[in-house]
Amino acid sequence: MVKWLISRCVVAVSFAVIGFAGNCHAEDSSKVLRIVPQADLKILDPIWTTAFVSRNHGYMVYDQLFGIDAKGQIQPQMVDTYTKSPDFKEWTFTLRKGLSFSDGQPVTSEDVIASVNRWAKRDVFGQVMATQLDKFEAIDANSFKMTFKTPFPMTLEALSKPSGNANFIMPKRVAMTPADQQITEYIGSGPYVLKMDEYKPGAKIVYLKNEKYVPRAEEPSGTAGGKRVFVDRVEWVILKDAQTQANAIANGEVDLIEWMPADQYAALKDNPKLELLKPTPAGSFDLHLNHFVPPFDNPKIAQAAIMAVNQEALMRAQMVNKDLYRPCVSIYPCDSPLASTDTGYFTGKPQFEAAKKLLKEAGYDGKPVVLLFPADFAVLNKFPPVLAQLLKQAGFNVDMQSMDWSSLVTRRTSKEPADKGGWNMFITGWGPGDMMNPMFFPPLTGNGEKGWFGWTTDPKLEQLKADFMAAATDDQRKKIAKELQLQTYQTGIFAKVGDFDYITVVRKGVVTGLVPSTVNAFWNLKKN
Amino acid sequence: MLFILRRVLSTVPVLLIVALIVFAMLRLTPGDPAAALVGNNSNSEDIARIRTSLGLDEPVPVQFVRWAGKALQGDLGESYYMKQSVTHLIAQRIGPTLSLSALTMLITLSIAIPLGILAAWRHGGWLDRSLMSFSVLGFSVPTFVIGYLLIWAVALHWKLLPVQGYTPINESFSGWLSHLFLPAVTLSIVYLALIARVTRASVAEALTEDYIRTARSKGISELRILVRHALTNAAVPIVTVIGIGIGLLIGGVVVTETVYAIPGLGQLTVDAVLGRDFPLIQGITLFFSFAYVLINLLVDLSYVLLDPRIRY
Amino acid sequence: MATQNKILKNTSVRIGLSALTLLLCMAVFAPWLYTIEPTAMDPSSANILPGVTAEFSDLSGDTFDHLFLMGTDSLGRDTWSRVAYGARISLTVGLCVAVLSLIGGTLCGVAAGYFRRLDNALMRVMDSLMAIPGILFAITLMALWRPTVATVVIAITIPEIPRVARLVRSIVLTIREEPYVEAAVSLATSTINILWRHILPNAIAPLLVQGTYVCASAILVEAILSFLGVGLPPEIPTWGNIMADGRTQFNQYPQTVLFPGFFLAITVLAVNILGDGLRDTLDPKFNKRTG
Repeated sequence: MVKWLISRCVVAVSFAVIGFAGNCHAEDSSKVLRIVPQADLKILDPIWTTAFVSRNHGYMVYDQLFGIDAKGQIQPQMVDTYTKSPDFKEWTFTLRKGLSFSDGQPVTSEDVIASVNRWAKRDVFGQVMATQLDKFEAIDANSFKMTFKTPFPMTLEALSKPSGNANFIMPKRVAMTPADQQITEYIGSGPYVLKMDEYKPGAKIVYLKNEKYVPRAEEPSGTAGGKRVFVDRVEWVILKDAQTQANAIANGEVDLIEWMPADQYAALKDNPKLELLKPTPAGSFDLHLNHFVPPFDNPKIAQAAIMAVNQEALMRAQMVNKDLYRPCVSIYPCDSPLASTDTGYFTGKPQFEAAKKLLKEAGYDGKPVVLLFPADFAVLNKFPPVLAQLLKQAGFNVDMQSMDWSSLVTRRTSKEPADKGGWNMFITGWGPGDMMNPMFFPPLTGNGEKGWFGWTTDPKLEQLKADFMAAATDDQRKKIAKELQLQTYQTGIFAKVGDFDYITVVRKGVVTGLVPSTVNAFWNLKKN
Repeated sequence: MLFILRRVLSTVPVLLIVALIVFAMLRLTPGDPAAALVGNNSNSEDIARIRTSLGLDEPVPVQFVRWAGKALQGDLGESYYMKQSVTHLIAQRIGPTLSLSALTMLITLSIAIPLGILAAWRHGGWLDRSLMSFSVLGFSVPTFVIGYLLIWAVALHWKLLPVQGYTPINESFSGWLSHLFLPAVTLSIVYLALIARVTRASVAEALTEDYIRTARSKGISELRILVRHALTNAAVPIVTVIGIGIGLLIGGVVVTETVYAIPGLGQLTVDAVLGRDFPLIQGITLFFSFAYVLINLLVDLSYVLLDPRIRY
Repeated sequence: MATQNKILKNTSVRIGLSALTLLLCMAVFAPWLYTIEPTAMDPSSANILPGVTAEFSDLSGDTFDHLFLMGTDSLGRDTWSRVAYGARISLTVGLCVAVLSLIGGTLCGVAAGYFRRLDNALMRVMDSLMAIPGILFAITLMALWRPTVATVVIAITIPEIPRVARLVRSIVLTIREEPYVEAAVSLATSTINILWRHILPNAIAPLLVQGTYVCASAILVEAILSFLGVGLPPEIPTWGNIMADGRTQFNQYPQTVLFPGFFLAITVLAVNILGDGLRDTLDPKFNKRTG
């Protein structure tokens, strides 16, 4: 009697509570696109961090002044017309008519100026541009002018920058947030709107079609052209486990996996209901060292660590199938015109004896080097255990610390010594959009504390970069690119681990319209 | 009435000490939480500024009082990464966890108690012995192993149910049930073992009492004897262990949600821990502990209903 | 010594002890049981199926053939070697937690039971500690500290202390009313003597039983901590770590999860059965004590 009562009560109460606690919305599921992003989206400020998942979020809710099409040509996006002076010092732009933010406010020059200024404080190329910029003013609500101290032919490259930090336009009040703090409001003028009341980091991120967005008339191509939206709602479903992702798409519970975890390749490849696509050119993985604190502030020790790299073993562990990766020693992708094999000493094969010798010469004190390990990031989490073993064989003591990707992204901002909450090394991936131009490549900096994480001080590198920017011919650029590579390995700023193919999985016949681009574009997708 | 009031009041010192323990645990952090929060271009002024804004430079007892005061008002602080209040995050994720727990309890109670009664009734028989063996097994095989075995068999081999995710009940009842069924079964195994065992033990003991013999000699049906007399007299230990088992359930929820990718509080805990998101960890631990204390309070109060002999 | 005979004749005790002895041998003699270095990895030999012989070239270039009894994991490490060495961690953690929690709990229980003034306060603290779910407590501590065997042991021990304390306290409360204790007190026997000669001997049996349950629980919790990613670092082979690694490819290669899972289950089962057997022979009233 009592038991009967208790169990009935439990059932009744639980249903009532769940009914109130659950989400309340009904939707037509055919117009909801479910995407599994590469990582959890905890940081919503694509200017504060260079993490790709935040950049991809940026492309959902913001728009850019210029885009880059599939042929690599820069095309106007938010800009309607522009002029430049023959000496590349004066640039005038006029915005398209009818551009507005998702809250109804029109996009004005003030918004543009504030956004570009904030971007320029964080972005590696933006910092370069800011030093050359003399005046940046609004002519009227729709047009603005940039005046440079010296000729600056790469203005459009800056305004169309696809990655590293992509140059997104935000409302002025948001862009006035100091560059070292995260923004707290996420209104943009892009093809989608972030639905804040359903924002559940770790579970689901919801975007709605931005009804106020006016796409361009052209076909979408790269990050340029008309960013038309054919679905009402996009859900980013956060699934950290590679197996869970694969199961979900095989069962039709999600429609698209942005970045296929390599260990699922064999299973997904043979599934007739799925299609594997290569929307972007090859990317690369690099090992980054912290030059701000010991021991890698000593180039010899940095070189020793780089000599421990066994590209085949590392790439094999992470990418599993030989179809998906290629060893490559150049700091540029091996299929890029700037690639070369001149590295000085780096062969991609381990040189343990030489490394041990260098450590002895440099007087390595045996203190463990802190290797950051993003345990939950399926596309990066096989490298650190292998690297730890390699480093140990090269004579290092290694302290491999597990954390999630968001923590790594935050921890790498620390300039403290490694045993006080800092770090010494981590591996991350780069897309073609970052590496196509040495001026764009965030880790390629030698300006110390103002540079990218690792804060290397290398005046020669900075000089080479200035030379690259001033170079007039392709041959000159290739030559300087080669020297940049040599200098990178000499100082030991970072080392290439390998090139890989970035594969997106979609449900065959259900999802169409994936736009080939240097970054992930989620507009133009149709769900059938 | 006074007894009930006294019992309720006695939970207050416990809650206070729980809060103290949780607060103390996180102040044992090596390293400076303020340094973890500062961005790229950090310098000692920025760090000092954040320390002051977090109240970290005040004496520890003052910090505790301040924190406890806010907690009583429902303000458990803000997560380090996601610029959202801890309370908001917990409220968002509580639905799936509650669903899972409720379904688990339902499955457990409707199987464990009848099984326990049967085993006690046929004391020493094959059902009794196999139940005891099963219950030891249930304690020993880890929840996540059971989970993966079930996924493999049911979802992959026989393709009966989905393997991950969660559908809220008001979107689709069948979706909700199909997503939660496997996780609930997985979680219920441990709980089942515990409750079945205790049910059997206490009902078996109740059946040896004199009044049972009297009832039998009066010709009352066996079923009525079992349920109306034996069970109600055995209820107190059973309900006690249900309450204590909530602790097990909470731990199991964390693992089960991870295995089945259910976006509930368990997953939030794991995320918070991997991210060293201290305010969030603190908030969730406090929340679960308070829930445990309150549920056990309800259990204790229910004794008054179940056993007229008990008075406070 | 009659008790000892009785213990050893009990079936459950026999089963439990034999299984544990086998596992202990596996742990101690792991290097001689056809294992290779558990941290040696060869990414090109990843996910080899159980029972297959293949070439293994570790990262420094040495190559040799090896029969992989349980296959390899996603980084090419031999699963059998990791399982065998993993037994060391599981058994060590289980034993250490059991011993430490028994010591800690006994001290608290004796203090609370014998010195009435401390009783109320101490028991409130114990109740509060029990209110925090053990896993959450362990997870939180592991998030704060560096993951080493010592920190894992401490993190798991602390939540286990209250139950032992309650057990000891109830025994102390019962015994201290006995006439012979009163007699000892009136003869001005020192407190320590009383505790040692009268109270503790009565506590040994239930403590032993409780110890086995704590051991089983500790082994499980350690595995859960590793599985969730907050236990020992992934290079150290523990059964939980091996399973955490195997999770990502469970559909295709379930062996990496199932083999260590099997050993984990067997170990915990053995300890639990041993505990049941000890309880049946030493202290049948055990379940009444803790409530």
